[in-house]
Amino acid sequence: MSVLAYGVVAWLFLVGIYGVVTSRNLIHMVVCLSVAQSATDVLLLEIGYRTGGHAPVFVSLPTHPGPAVDAVMQALALTDVVVGAAVTALLLALVVQVHKRAGTLDPDALKATRE
Amino acid sequence: MSRRARLAFFAVAAAGLAVTLGVGLAGLPSFGSQLTAYARLLNELASPQRHVTDVVSAITFDYRGIDTLFEEFILLAAVAGISVLLRPLSDESRQLPEDKAPNRKIPPPSPAVWLLAVLLSSLLTLIGLETITHGVLTPGGGFQAGVILASAIYVIYLGTNYATVERFQPDPLLEASDGVGAFGYVVIGLLGLLAGDVFLSNVVGLGVTGNLIAGGTIPLLNLVVGVEVAGGFAILASEFLDQTAVIRTERR
Amino acid sequence: MSEAVIAVALVWVAASGTAVVLTRDPLRQAFVAGFFGLGLAFLYLSMQAGDVALSQIVVGAIALPLIVLLSLAKVRKGRE
Repeated sequence: MSVLAYGVVAWLFLVGIYGVVTSRNLIHMVVCLSVAQSATDVLLLEIGYRTGGHAPVFVSLPTHPGPAVDAVMQALALTDVVVGAAVTALLLALVVQVHKRAGTLDPDALKATRE
Repeated sequence: MSRRARLAFFAVAAAGLAVTLGVGLAGLPSFGSQLTAYARLLNELASPQRHVTDVVSAITFDYRGIDTLFEEFILLAAVAGISVLLRPLSDESRQLPEDKAPNRKIPPPSPAVWLLAVLLSSLLTLIGLETITHGVLTPGGGFQAGVILASAIYVIYLGTNYATVERFQPDPLLEASDGVGAFGYVVIGLLGLLAGDVFLSNVVGLGVTGNLIAGGTIPLLNLVVGVEVAGGFAILASEFLDQTAVIRTERR
Repeated sequence: MSEAVIAVALVWVAASGTAVVLTRDPLRQAFVAGFFGLGLAFLYLSMQAGDVALSQIVVGAIALPLIVLLSLAKVRKGRE
C-alpha cells in the first residue's frame, strides 16, 4: 500500500512534467502543469493519513470513534487547491496574450525577438 | 536545442528525478502509521481551546492564521496580474455584441433556460452563504464558499447574454469587495495587536462549542475570506468574458 | 475496506492523470481534466479530508473548466 500510494505521487509528477516538455499547444501545457501540481496535494494528504482514522470534526458522538487524521496537512492542502486554480488562470491569461501577439499556440514556433 | 535533443535530455533528467524521488519517498513512514506530535496535540486541544468542532477551520484561521494571510495575498496578486494582462491593448477597443449589427435585435434567451439560470443562481448563492457560516462546525469555510458564490454569477452568463451580466456584476463593486476582503483580514489581525496581544490572536469572546457564532475571530475571518475569494474569482471570470465577447482588434 | 477504496481511488487518479497528458487536443483535454478532478475529489474524500475534497470539487467543476473553455473560445475566435 505504501508503494502504491507514494508511487502514484511520483508518477503524477513525472507524467505532468513529461506533458509540459513534449507539448505542442500552450493551453495543453498549462493543464499538464496543473496535473503536476495536484501531485503535491496528494502527497500532503498521504503523509497525514492514519489507518482507521476519521475526519477531524469533533461533534459530540455517543461512542468514542477512535483516532482522527492529521488536520494540519488538510489546512495546507485546502488553500493550495484554490490558490493553484488562480495561478493557472494567470498562466492562461498569459497564453491568450501570447496568441494575440505571435498568432500561434505552438511553443516551438515562438521566437524571443520581435520580427 | 532541437526537439530530439530536448527529449533525450529530459529522459536522462527524468530518470535521475525518479531515482531521487524513489529514495526520498521510501524514507517516509509507511502509509497510515502514526501521526506527528503536533497533529495529535492539535486534535486534542483545538476543540476545548477555541470552542469549534471543525479543527481544520481552527488551524486555518487561528493556529496558522498567518499562512492563510499570505495565501490570500497570493490570490489577490494573481487576480491583479490577470487584470493587468487582459486589459485592452493599444490597438483594441471594447465593442458590445449589439454594436456589430445595430439593425437587428439579439433574440432574448428562451424562458426555460432563463428560469433554470435564475433557480440555479439563487440556489448557489444560498449554498455559498450556508457554507461560509457553517465553516466553524463542519467542513466548509471561506475558500470553498467564495468560489461557490462566484459561480452564481457565472450561471447568469450561461443563461442570458452579455448585457445582463454587465448589469449584474458592476466592476467597481467586485474590485471593492476583493480589496475589502483582503484588508479586512489585516484589520481583524490588528485587533489582536490593539488588545495588547500578538497579531492575529483570538481576542473576541469565544462562545459555546456547537453554536454558529463561536470561536471568536474564526467566523469573522471566514466571512472576510469568503468575500475576498468571491470577488477575486468573479473578477477573473469577467476579465476572460470581456476578452471573449467584447474586446476586438481594430482593423489596421 | 477503507484501504481498498483508497487503492481504487489512487489507481483512478493515476490513470486519468496519464489520460489528461496524452490527450493533445485542448478541448477534449478539458473534459478529461474534469474526470481527473472528480477522481481527485474521490481520493481526498476516501482519505477522510472533507474540506480539501470540497475545495477540489468546487475548483475542478467550476473554475478550471470555465477559464480553459473561455481561453479556447478567445483563441479560436482570433484564428478565424
